[in-house]
Amino acid sequence: MSEDRNQKFEKRRVELSKMSDDELKARFWELCNQVVEPIVDLAKTHTSPSIERSVLLRMGIDSITAHGVVDRVLEAGLLGKGAGHVVLKLSQKNGTDVRTAAASILENKDVLYGLF
Amino acid sequence: MTEQKPLDPHEKLDIDLILEGLENYHPTRKGWTWRDVPAEGIDLGPFHYRNMSKPLKNSIGLPASKYFDHIDPQPSCVVTTEIASGRFEDDIRRMRMAAWHGADHLMVIRTTGQSHIDGLLEGTPEGVGGVPITRKQIRASRKACDQIEKEVGRPINFHSYVSGVAGPEVAVLFAEEGINGAHQDPQYNVLYRNVNMLRSFVDAAEAKKVMNGARIFQIDGAHNANATAKNGWLVMPELMVQHGINCAFSVKVGMAKDLIGLSTVPPDAPPAPKLWFDLPYAVALRDFFSDFKMRAQQNTRYIEADIEEAIRTHTVDTLISMLTSADIQSTITPDEGRNVPWHYNNIRGVQTVKQTWAALDGIKELVELKHKGPLGEMVRDLKERAVAFLEEVIESGGYFTAVEKGFFVDSGRYPDRNGDGIARDSKGGVGAGSLVERDPDYFAPVCDHFGENHLPADVKHVCDPIDGCTLCKPEKIVYIDELDSEDNCNMRLKETLPYRKGGMIKPEAEWAGDGTILTQFFVPLPEDVAAVYGVEMAKKLGLEDPQVVNIQVMHPAEGCFVEVKGKVGFAIDVKTLKIPEKEVILPEDELREAVKKVGLKVVAATVGEDEHSVGLREILDIKHGGIEKYGVKYHYLGTSVPVSKLVDAAIETGAQAILISTIISHNDTHRTQMKKLADLCVERGIRDRIILIAGGTQVNREMAKETGLDATFGRGTKGIHVVNAMVKVLKARGVL
Repeated sequence: MSEDRNQKFEKRRVELSKMSDDELKARFWELCNQVVEPIVDLAKTHTSPSIERSVLLRMGIDSITAHGVVDRVLEAGLLGKGAGHVVLKLSQKNGTDVRTAAASILENKDVLYGLF
Repeated sequence: MTEQKPLDPHEKLDIDLILEGLENYHPTRKGWTWRDVPAEGIDLGPFHYRNMSKPLKNSIGLPASKYFDHIDPQPSCVVTTEIASGRFEDDIRRMRMAAWHGADHLMVIRTTGQSHIDGLLEGTPEGVGGVPITRKQIRASRKACDQIEKEVGRPINFHSYVSGVAGPEVAVLFAEEGINGAHQDPQYNVLYRNVNMLRSFVDAAEAKKVMNGARIFQIDGAHNANATAKNGWLVMPELMVQHGINCAFSVKVGMAKDLIGLSTVPPDAPPAPKLWFDLPYAVALRDFFSDFKMRAQQNTRYIEADIEEAIRTHTVDTLISMLTSADIQSTITPDEGRNVPWHYNNIRGVQTVKQTWAALDGIKELVELKHKGPLGEMVRDLKERAVAFLEEVIESGGYFTAVEKGFFVDSGRYPDRNGDGIARDSKGGVGAGSLVERDPDYFAPVCDHFGENHLPADVKHVCDPIDGCTLCKPEKIVYIDELDSEDNCNMRLKETLPYRKGGMIKPEAEWAGDGTILTQFFVPLPEDVAAVYGVEMAKKLGLEDPQVVNIQVMHPAEGCFVEVKGKVGFAIDVKTLKIPEKEVILPEDELREAVKKVGLKVVAATVGEDEHSVGLREILDIKHGGIEKYGVKYHYLGTSVPVSKLVDAAIETGAQAILISTIISHNDTHRTQMKKLADLCVERGIRDRIILIAGGTQVNREMAKETGLDATFGRGTKGIHVVNAMVKVLKARGVL
């Protein structure tokens, strides 16, 4: 342990030892919340291929099709719209159900252009 | 969906029936279930229990329960067992066995490497060290659990893992299929699976939201630090931080606190002075995390090959749970250190908890922890170190930076660092660079979706645009049966058919027909020679693929205890087994009444040159539950009595029966004496009115016919068996 870290710990310890058990517990949770806050914000504003596939699953699209569709949507630069959103839009445009729309993306990814 | 026929305790679980109509199966309920624990306690047999849940409809008690009216007290906590042989069709049978012994949290381990598979698997491929988690596997298992829970009369929580790079999809799969509990901890992916940390946390937010929607109970992954760190007992402040991060993150993404559990393990094992580390840690955790549930795990870090050693450590682990608290008590199969767990070791693990819990029922009403003194000081010390750890995380620039700097799983006692922590690059790992920022018009038309979701202006409910998502309309779920024409359960079931339904019997440890057995013995050899001997001996016994799984030195020169496993290469057709007819014992009252009615009297002795009298005295004396207990009068003539003397005595006293005991079997002495008795009675013309019974360690029930006696008994015989036999003969002769 570096001298610096050791000294810092001892200093922290002096402050912490002044706290009651309840105060120490409150401090623990305050710090935990502070640590996760920016990560929660990151999660709110970002998505991932797995999240988008999980959305397609919930739309009643099978796992294999969902995988292919998310890959195509990502390649087309549309994942930020939401893969479910993309499939829904396509189904509305073509007047089909979402499963047919998803299948058509696998057949020909060109259907993705000009949707947004 | 057709209603399943209830299981018959005398019939095996039929995998074919489970697979039938699986495409149309949907879970009958969702969410986690706790045990039903009456506040006033429970009366069972001769006892009152203070901290037990309602007993099961069908169960098997501890071996000693036969002395206590066959009671089977069930702990107040949920009891976990981990089952994963790599074949779900075998796992479900083990689940049934475990449920009968008191497990209601059945945890299925995933196959090695599934965390890195970017997507869902389908079908029923075979796994390694676990099963590949697929819709078909978990649906079949959940369907089996539906039946098992009805059979035992208590809900079963079925559990697996939401981790790896397909976390959100697995969470949706679990929500759809009614999985009741799951591990979910983004830190686990980062530290132990090297999944990119940004991806892991962003995915976790979605997964947790989905789990919460289906009321899936969450268990975190912090315990892995003390299974991984070189000195598990030193990483306790860090463990508190890991628990804290997952709990805080879970709550912030919308998970209910009652669905959040800490996976906590007493980090030590004897010969370490376990209590001095594990108890303060357990207390500190329960203080800080009073809003959350405790899933107490047993120690795995220091388990090696010896099963008894593991069980002893696990007993102390359970004691720590009882001195503090446990909402779920997990069990570890005591053979985990030497092989993939075997069927009966799951049961042993469950029994360890059941036995400890019964023995220590209500312990907190009798003893209390002494917080003043060293315990309180150690608790406070841990808490302060944990808080200081968090302060340093924030000072260093936050969680991601701290991971990059190797703050976690360092084997030093915080703030000490040994520099052996697991450091990860926030730009590296599996799935790095795969996150995409959501656009201002990002939209996901499904329920339980986390984060920014911009519903079009006219949309009231999020899944209205697709007319309902699978969480609202399960009929929309797409079921895929099999993708691989070779690696699937149908092929495996075809191979194991003779062992499952064809009456061909092989022992098994994991899979139907695997033939695995274990031999245990002492050999008067030093350790290194003993191992070689063990394999050679097993080969000569005819075992295939013999392996030494445990050696305990009894003395460096005198010898070792050795355990060797191997496979039995043959199967026995059950039809060729001659099963002795089961003796039906009449009720005790009926026996007593019959004895009284005829004034049953017997003469008894050990015959031949035989001085062993203990066995016969146990059959006779009231003290040992002998025939006297049922009102039979006896005349004991002693040891080494000639048969003729017994016959004379019977005639003189008017006894209705002669009981002989014969232990010595050298030169077939026992048979000779038995035949002699029968012949002599025929000679004297009393055979049709006297009952002749013989017993001894080398005697068995089949000998009566060949020796001309009415009944013969071997080891384990009690007075009641003899009385029963005599009453039956009297009935057959029309005397009764």
